[in-house]
Amino acid sequence: MMTNPGNKITQGQFSFLPELTDDQITLQIKYALKNNWAVNIEYTDDPHPRSTYWEMYGMPMFDLKDPAGILMEVNECRKTFPNYYIRVTAFDSTRGWETPRMSYIVNRPKEEPGFRLIREEREGRSMGYSIVSYASDKPEGERYG
Amino acid sequence: MSGKSETTGKERYKSGVIPYKKMGYWDEDYVPKDTDVIALFRITPQAGVPADEAAAAVAGESSTATWTVVWTDRLTACDMYRAKAFRVDPVPNTGEGTKIEAQYFAYIAYDSDLFEPGSIANLTASIIGNVFGMKAVKALRLEDMRMPVSYLKTFQGPATGVVVERERLDKFGRPLLGATTKPKLGLSGRNYGRVVYEALKGGLDFVKDDENINSQAFMHWRDRFLYVMEAVNRASAATGEVKGHYLNVTAGTMDEMIERAEFAKSLGSVIIMIDLVIGYTAIQSMAKWCRNNDMILHLHRAGNSTYSRQKNHGMNFRVICKWMRMAGVDHIHAGTVVGKLEGDPLMIKGFYDTLLETHTPVSLEHGFFFEQDWASLNKVMPVASGGIHAGQMHQLIHHLGEDVVLQFGGGTIGHPEGIQQGAIANRVALEVMIQARNEGRDYLAEGPEILQKAAKWCSPLKSALDTWKDITFNYESTDTPDFIPTATTSN
Repeated sequence: MMTNPGNKITQGQFSFLPELTDDQITLQIKYALKNNWAVNIEYTDDPHPRSTYWEMYGMPMFDLKDPAGILMEVNECRKTFPNYYIRVTAFDSTRGWETPRMSYIVNRPKEEPGFRLIREEREGRSMGYSIVSYASDKPEGERYG
Repeated sequence: MSGKSETTGKERYKSGVIPYKKMGYWDEDYVPKDTDVIALFRITPQAGVPADEAAAAVAGESSTATWTVVWTDRLTACDMYRAKAFRVDPVPNTGEGTKIEAQYFAYIAYDSDLFEPGSIANLTASIIGNVFGMKAVKALRLEDMRMPVSYLKTFQGPATGVVVERERLDKFGRPLLGATTKPKLGLSGRNYGRVVYEALKGGLDFVKDDENINSQAFMHWRDRFLYVMEAVNRASAATGEVKGHYLNVTAGTMDEMIERAEFAKSLGSVIIMIDLVIGYTAIQSMAKWCRNNDMILHLHRAGNSTYSRQKNHGMNFRVICKWMRMAGVDHIHAGTVVGKLEGDPLMIKGFYDTLLETHTPVSLEHGFFFEQDWASLNKVMPVASGGIHAGQMHQLIHHLGEDVVLQFGGGTIGHPEGIQQGAIANRVALEVMIQARNEGRDYLAEGPEILQKAAKWCSPLKSALDTWKDITFNYESTDTPDFIPTATTSN
C-alpha cells in the first residue's frame, strides 16, 4: 500500500481532493471549453511518473462543445476500463502554448500498490535510481485485477 | 526645422569640449528603426543641467562619446554609432510643487550594430557600463528596454521554458509548489535530505537550496547532492509524481560549477540552480549547458535589490527579467505581492508578463514604455518566495496566476505537526482554490471560506490556517508605478 497522503498516486491537478463527482468533472470540462481547449480522455495501467503516453480513448474532442456529451464519454471510458487510471486532459492550440493546460485523474484502480525504488550502487557514494511499478511486473491488461 | 542640434563639419571637430547635444546625441525628430535597441532612463539632472542635455550625455556616454572631441570619429560612420536621445518627458509627481526633485524619462535609441550578438555582457557594458557614475546626472535609473526581434533572435533564451518544463514534470493547470530548506545554514547533508524527503512526499513538487548554500564546512556539495537525490527519488516512488530539488551549483569558478552540474545530472536531477551574483556570462554559459543536458535552470536573484529597489537610481527589476529571459534561465524569483519582500502589485504584474508573455503592449502602469515582441523565446517560470502561506492561496492565485512556483518555506517546514503535514496543507489549499477558480466561483472574495471548508476534512490545513491566520506584511513599496490607471469614458 502506498504510504503517502491519500495512499494514492498524486499525479494531476486534483489528486489531493476527494474523488471528483460527475458535477465537479462537468464544471472542469466547462472551464476547458470556455478557453477553447480540446478535451481528451486517456487511460493506462502503466502510471510510472514518466509514462507520458497513456492510451487515447478516441481522439481529442476538438468539435464537441457539449459538457454533458464529454462527461458521457468519460463515463463510457470508466465503464470500459474500471480498473485503470483515467485522466482528462485539455489541449491548448494557441501559439506559445500548444500543450496540455489541464490534466486530472477521474478514475483509479481499486488498489494502488505504488512503486518500488531500485538503487544501483555506483562508484564512490553515487547511486543510480529506477522507479518501477509493483503492478507492471504483470503484462498489460492484467495489472490491476 | 530639424530637431537635431548637432554642430557639423569643421566646427564640430574642433578640439575641446562641447555639449553632448551639439555632438549629435540628441535628435528629437529621430524615428527609431525596428532594429534599434531602445532604452528608457529615469534621469535626475544636476542643478543647472537641462533635461535634454542630460539625456544627450547619457546617450553619449552609453555609446561612443568621451568627454572631449576626438577627430578619429571622422574615420567612422559615427552618426550611426551614436546613440540618439529623442524624447524627454517630465516624470509625473516630481519637480516643482512636489517633494521630489525634477526627474525625466529619457528615450534613447541604439543601432543594433553597437552590440555583439548573443551577449548580455556586451549589451550591459554599453547600457549600464560607465554612465551611472557620470557627474552630469545626480541619479540615473534604467526603467525599460525595447529589444528588437532581430537582436532577440541572437539569444538562446530559456533552456527549457514553461511549456517543456510542465511537460517534463507532467504538471499542468496549477502553480507548482516549492519550499526552501530551512535553516539556510548548518544542516548536515543527512539532515538536509530529511527536510527534502518530508516536503516532497507530503505533496510539494520542488524543494530548493538557498542562495548561500554552496559547499561549506557543515555540508560539502557532494554530500548535499547525494542525500538530496536519495530524498527526491524516494519521494517520487512514494507518490508516483516527478519531483525535484534545485541543486545550487554556484561556485567560485566556472569549472567548479560545470563539475557540480555534471554530478547533479549523473544522479538524475531534473533541475539545477544558480545565483544572479555569478554574473551574466556565467548565467549564459549555464543556460547553454542546461539546454544541452535536458536540465531546468533555476535562478535566484541574489543581490538584485542592491540596485533595483530604489526608485531614483539603479535599474528596474523588469529589465533584469528581460535580460534573464534572453540569457536563458527557466525560473527567476519575481515577487509575491503579499509576502515579506518588496512588491507593488502593478510592478509585479509587469515582471510576470515580461517573463511569460509572447508579446506585451505599451502599458505605463505596469512600467512597459515599449511594445515588446518576444520573438518565440521560451517563457520563464516566475517564482514567488518569501513569507507566504496557505491562508493566502486565493490572493496568490489572483495576483500571480497559475504559471508560477509558489515557495512556502516557513509555511511548510514551520507547520506545527511536521513538514509532511505542512506540505499537505499547501497542496490541498492550492488544489481546492484552482478547482474553485475553474468552476467560475468568485474565489478571491470567497477564498477564506473555501479554505475553511477544506480544513474541515483536511486537519493539516486547519492547523496551518490557525497558525498563520493573521500574518501579513503590510509595508509601503518603494518601487511603485509612476502612472496610475484611470477610468476613461467614451465621451
